[in-house]
Amino acid sequence: MKKLILIFLLNIFLINKSYALIEVDITRGNLDPLPIAVSPLHVDIKSENYQDIKIKELGNNISEIIENNFRATGLFNPLKKEAFVQKPDIAHLKPRFEDWRLIKAQALVTGKLLIKDGKLKVEFRLWDLAATKEMTALAFTTTPSNWRRVAHIISDKIYERLTGEDGYFDTRIIYVAESGPKNQRIKKLAIMDQDGAKTKYLTLGNELVLTPRFNPTNQMVTYMSYFRNMPRVYLLDIETGTQEVVGNFPGMTFAPRFSPDGKKIVMSFAKDGNSDIYTMDLETRVVERISNHSSIDTSPSFSPDGKFIAFNSDRSGLQQIYVMRSDGSGVKRITFGNGIYGTPVWSPRGDLIAFTKMRKGRFYIGVMRIDGTGERLLTENYYQEAPSWSPNGRVLVFYRETKAGPKGEGFSAKLWSIDITGYNEKQLKTETDASDPSWSSLLTK
Amino acid sequence: MTRSLIYSLTFHSVMILLTIVSLPFMLREPIDLPPIVSLELIQISDKTMIPYAPKARKIIEETKKKEEERLVSEQAPPSAKAKEKPDRIPLPNEKKEEKKIVKKKQNPEEIKPEIRQSSEFEKKEIVDTNQIAALIDKAKEEEAVKQKKTDKITQSSQKNSFATGLTLSEEDALRAQIFGCWSVPLGLPYDEDFLVRIKLNLKKDGTILKSEILDHQRMNRPGQKFYKVLAESALRAVRLCQPLKVPPTGYDKWKEIQLNFNPTEMLRG
Repeated sequence: MKKLILIFLLNIFLINKSYALIEVDITRGNLDPLPIAVSPLHVDIKSENYQDIKIKELGNNISEIIENNFRATGLFNPLKKEAFVQKPDIAHLKPRFEDWRLIKAQALVTGKLLIKDGKLKVEFRLWDLAATKEMTALAFTTTPSNWRRVAHIISDKIYERLTGEDGYFDTRIIYVAESGPKNQRIKKLAIMDQDGAKTKYLTLGNELVLTPRFNPTNQMVTYMSYFRNMPRVYLLDIETGTQEVVGNFPGMTFAPRFSPDGKKIVMSFAKDGNSDIYTMDLETRVVERISNHSSIDTSPSFSPDGKFIAFNSDRSGLQQIYVMRSDGSGVKRITFGNGIYGTPVWSPRGDLIAFTKMRKGRFYIGVMRIDGTGERLLTENYYQEAPSWSPNGRVLVFYRETKAGPKGEGFSAKLWSIDITGYNEKQLKTETDASDPSWSSLLTK
Repeated sequence: MTRSLIYSLTFHSVMILLTIVSLPFMLREPIDLPPIVSLELIQISDKTMIPYAPKARKIIEETKKKEEERLVSEQAPPSAKAKEKPDRIPLPNEKKEEKKIVKKKQNPEEIKPEIRQSSEFEKKEIVDTNQIAALIDKAKEEEAVKQKKTDKITQSSQKNSFATGLTLSEEDALRAQIFGCWSVPLGLPYDEDFLVRIKLNLKKDGTILKSEILDHQRMNRPGQKFYKVLAESALRAVRLCQPLKVPPTGYDKWKEIQLNFNPTEMLRG
């Protein structure tokens, strides 16, 4: 009994005074790009020479590609290397966090590379400088000539870890490379890395080419070219270089695009002044008519789940955007704004549709929800069109032409990209003038 | 029987005692008020008009004497001029300033066209009675909105001071500090609701003793990449910000604090 009383008394005196927990709501923050330090990758002294690759500079070159990728997003601010205080090899083992915090960095990338027996091994670490811990670490082994791709893959991994969404750096863009005077343009199919490096020309420029589009595996490209002076949809295998005409249509076919599974091509077929939307199964070669209307239906684009198709049509008088089921039923107009709407492209996330709008002689690139609400015009110019989504649905690439003089002087066509927020608009580097871009999906998943 | 009764009584009395001691609202402690900040009220003239201060003092003293005399001689008839006198004797440099202003008004070249336009506009407004009525209505509306806003503020401040133990200004200071440190991940989807709750144990100087993400299990669930990124950014902000701006007193109340990070409003713009 005495014990019990003692326990109770002890409880009384030892019990702490309890207060309600203070809660503070933080609903705003800093929207500046995240300061990140990308240390040059340390080159292992055991590295051997490989063909024409300058091994000593390789660590620096890889880190520069990563930096350029980050800077291009507008979401990161790579810090200048002159301010770095720790050597790359030591930083990769264990960074002195306080030194890096001193230059206002919040994240740090370190790495190491080794070329041995004809193989390149690259490892990297991403550090959270505030939490003083490693966030991710990976190593890649490949042929040394693939070093640029390794830099892009590392960029993707870091981007994914810091933003939560997939990256878009290990991707390619196919476009129409243009040269010559405006009235005698030579147009070739060209492909390049998303940062403008490693450009390759896929056609010779003898025939006019338009609207190239990747398939989901990035192996095939569909585009429009001329066959016996008639515009026709073509299919090209990038690796083998083989090309073929799609379907045996008794008229003009154009505006092709792959279905999300890559098994079908959706396109427009025009005859007697009327054009409708058709699909062709690439395995069975079965052609199916999807839309059936006396108006001009064109620019079809599948939703990522393959259940719907967005297209533009002038059935209401002016060209507007419509959405229908992939079997052609349930056609619904989604744009009602002032102006002409065209080139609808469904976002890979499935939540938005990008489009080109023309109003009062000006061209706009914009996005809207799939029901046509929430229209946002991202950029306005003299002439611009053909938006294409980055694989993560964050960035749009399109082309823009400048106004030419009476003899065609001053004319140029360039590729531009813009974030879906409407910020970070910038021109992409291309060797020649360029139009009709199409962004591939990620080369490595 | 009596034994069990005794047991029951003892237990009950112990429970009552326990309640009195442990529950905060039963405490009869004096309210922990923040320290009083003493402010010295200084006449502006004492600081800014130092060369004229002795003269001014003389004048003030003289007027005071006169007033006293006036009060003493109750029978004296009130002078008509006294009413015209201003309450405060204008200081010499104030007079100068007045003169300057007059000069400006008299000089037509110095009047900017914008100013002239606005004055004409004002005149028009004054003439138009309908517009005045509209303005009055608008003013009423604005007043009502202001009133609503102030009501909200006072309510929230009351809520803060009683419920959280931080005054509104203390909470604002802390919030503003963290706003600056928090780099919001810009890739987050704008149409999802995210809330990251972080519980902090603080030292008296505002540095962090321990930090804990309350829903940390959600971070490792599949499909919660964005939540993980947001939680990490919030934690980074808190660490970069330390020492946090906490009040100098009342440590017991704020030694444990919960920060609710929610960027939804900002991402939606």
